[in-house]
Amino acid sequence: MPNSASDGVPCDLAVVGAGPAGLAAAVTAADLGLNVTLLDAGERPGGQYYRRPAPDLGAARPEVLHHDWAAFATRKAALRAHASAGRITHLPLHHVWTVVPAGAGLLLHAVAGPEEEAVAVPARAVLLATGAFERQLPFPGWTLPGVIGAGGAQAMLKGGLVLPGRRIVVAGSGPLLLAVAGSLAAAGATVAAVVEAAAYTAYAGRLPALLRNPGKLGEAATYGGALLRHGIRLLTRHAVTEAHGAERVEAVTVARLDRQWRPVPGTGRRVPCDALAVGHGLVPQLELATGLGCATRLGADGAVALEVDARQRTSVPGVWSAGETGGTGGARLALVEGEIAAHTIAGRPVPAALGRQRARLRAFAEAMGAAHRPGAGWTGWLREDTEVCRCEEVPVGPIREAVRDLGARDARTVKLLTRAGMGWCQGRMCGPAVAALAGRDPDPDRRPLSCPVPLRRLAELPAEES
Amino acid sequence: MTGPTDPDRPPRGPLRRLLRGPARSPRDLVGGAPRATYVLRFDGRELPASAGQSIAAALWGAGVLAWRTTRENGAPRGVFCGIGSCHDCLVTVNGRPNLRACLTPARPGDTVTTQEGTGRAELGV
Repeated sequence: MPNSASDGVPCDLAVVGAGPAGLAAAVTAADLGLNVTLLDAGERPGGQYYRRPAPDLGAARPEVLHHDWAAFATRKAALRAHASAGRITHLPLHHVWTVVPAGAGLLLHAVAGPEEEAVAVPARAVLLATGAFERQLPFPGWTLPGVIGAGGAQAMLKGGLVLPGRRIVVAGSGPLLLAVAGSLAAAGATVAAVVEAAAYTAYAGRLPALLRNPGKLGEAATYGGALLRHGIRLLTRHAVTEAHGAERVEAVTVARLDRQWRPVPGTGRRVPCDALAVGHGLVPQLELATGLGCATRLGADGAVALEVDARQRTSVPGVWSAGETGGTGGARLALVEGEIAAHTIAGRPVPAALGRQRARLRAFAEAMGAAHRPGAGWTGWLREDTEVCRCEEVPVGPIREAVRDLGARDARTVKLLTRAGMGWCQGRMCGPAVAALAGRDPDPDRRPLSCPVPLRRLAELPAEES
Repeated sequence: MTGPTDPDRPPRGPLRRLLRGPARSPRDLVGGAPRATYVLRFDGRELPASAGQSIAAALWGAGVLAWRTTRENGAPRGVFCGIGSCHDCLVTVNGRPNLRACLTPARPGDTVTTQEGTGRAELGV
C-alpha cells in the first residue's frame, strides 16, 4: 500500500510544483485558511527559476545569480512559517506521476526520495504548477558533449556553481538567452556571442503590450546593460546551424537567417568555442493535466498550453493551473497567477489589482511568444543525417521518409514508424521538431507516467486504482 | 576564521567589483566556501568534488562533459537539459545504472562509471 501523507484525510488543496507559481499559491492559500500540501520534485522550494546551491556548497551570496530575489525570499519565509504552524505540509523530493479523480476529490500518486517510495495524497482541489522545459530544435552536431540547453547551463550554474566551458556561445531564441549570457559572463565565462534567431523589431508591432509593462522593459535594459558591460555581441536573425568537434564541441557555424528562419546561403562563419548553450523558448509540462483531460490551446509561441479562465481554472472541475503550464510568461506572472488561483480555490474574490497585473503580463507574454515563435524555415539547416531524436538516435532521413513515402501526418505516427520519441525522454526533446517535420503544430503531450516509476510501485497499487 | 570586522576580508558589492573586476568563476561570484570537499572516483580517476553538488556538477567542475555512450552509435553524451527531462546524462553510480546525473547528489566514496548503452551489459541486452 502506498503511504498516505495525510492519513487518508484529504487536504483542501494539493499544489504540484514549488516554483514561483506553486509557492505563491501555497502560501496565499494557507494565508486564506486552507490546509495545503505542497509536493515538489526538488529538494528546496523555488523551482527552476529560483534554483540555488545546496547549503553544503556554502554560497555566501546566492542571490547574485537571481532576478527579483526579494519576491522569492518573502514567500520562502511564509512557507517556513506555515509549515511550522501545520498549515502547509511541504513534501520535497516528491515526483507526482499521475493525478486521478477519487470520490468527490482527486488522488495524487508520487514517488518520493532516492528509494522511490510510493506516496498517495488525497485532495479536494489540485493546482498544477509543473512549469516547463526547454524547446529544442535540432541542428547538425547538437548531440556533441558541450552542447547544452541554455536553461540547462543556467540550472547547472545556479545549482552546482559550475560552467560547461570557458568560451561559450549562447544561441536560439527568446529573452532567456540574454539572462543566461549575462549570468555565464558574470560567473567568469567568455560569452563569444548571443545568437538570436528572431529580430527584436518583431516587438515593434506590439507596442501597446510593451508600454503597459515598464517592468519588463526595465528587465530588458538590465540584460542589455549586462551584455554591454561584458562586451558581448548580440546577433539577431542569426542561428547556430552546425556544431563542430570530435569528442566535444570546438566551434559552431553561425549563419544569417531570412524572415522565415531559413539560413541564407554563403553567410555561415565559424566561431570557436568550447561550449554552446542553446534553446528556443519553453514547452509547458502538461502530462498530469492532459492525463486528467484538461483542455489545451496552442499559444502564440507555437507551444501547447493549458486553457485556463481568468480565475486560473482548467476545464476539469477541481483542477487549477498557474504559471508556465498556462503558457510561458515568466516568474512575475507565475507569482500573480498562483495568488489568483489561491483566492478562487479559497472561495474569495480575486483582488482587482491581481487581475489587472495578470492581463498586462499575459499580453506581454503573447507578444513575446509571437516574436520568438520558430519560423518554418529552420528545417533548412538540417541534413539528412542530423539526429532528431537524441534517445533513439533517429536522423532526419527516416523521419522525412516516413512523412513523404509512408504517409505519416503527425508525431505519433512518425514515432510508430521510426522510433523517434520512443526513448528515455519520451519525446520531450524531439517532439516539437518531429511535429514540424510532419508539417503539423505539436499535439498536447500525452504520457501516462510523468516521470520514471519503478514497476514494483505500480504493482503495489490497490486493484481498484490500477 | 573571517568575520565582518576582519581587515583582510575583501569588500563586497559594487566596491568589490570595482577593485577586483568581474568574477573569475562561479565560486568567486557567489563567495563563501563549500562545507567540505572530497574525492569522487570516476572511471578509475580521482576527481575533486564539493559537498552539495550533483554528480553532473562535480564532473563538470573537473572538466568532464561526457559519461555515457549511446546504445546504437556509442556516441559520447553528458548533461543536455540539466533539469531531469532529457535523460542524456544517465550514469552508473556504485554499480547502479540509469541514474540521471543532474538529479543525483554526489556523495563521498561514490564510484561513478561511464554508462555504456543501456547500462545493463550483464544482461546481454
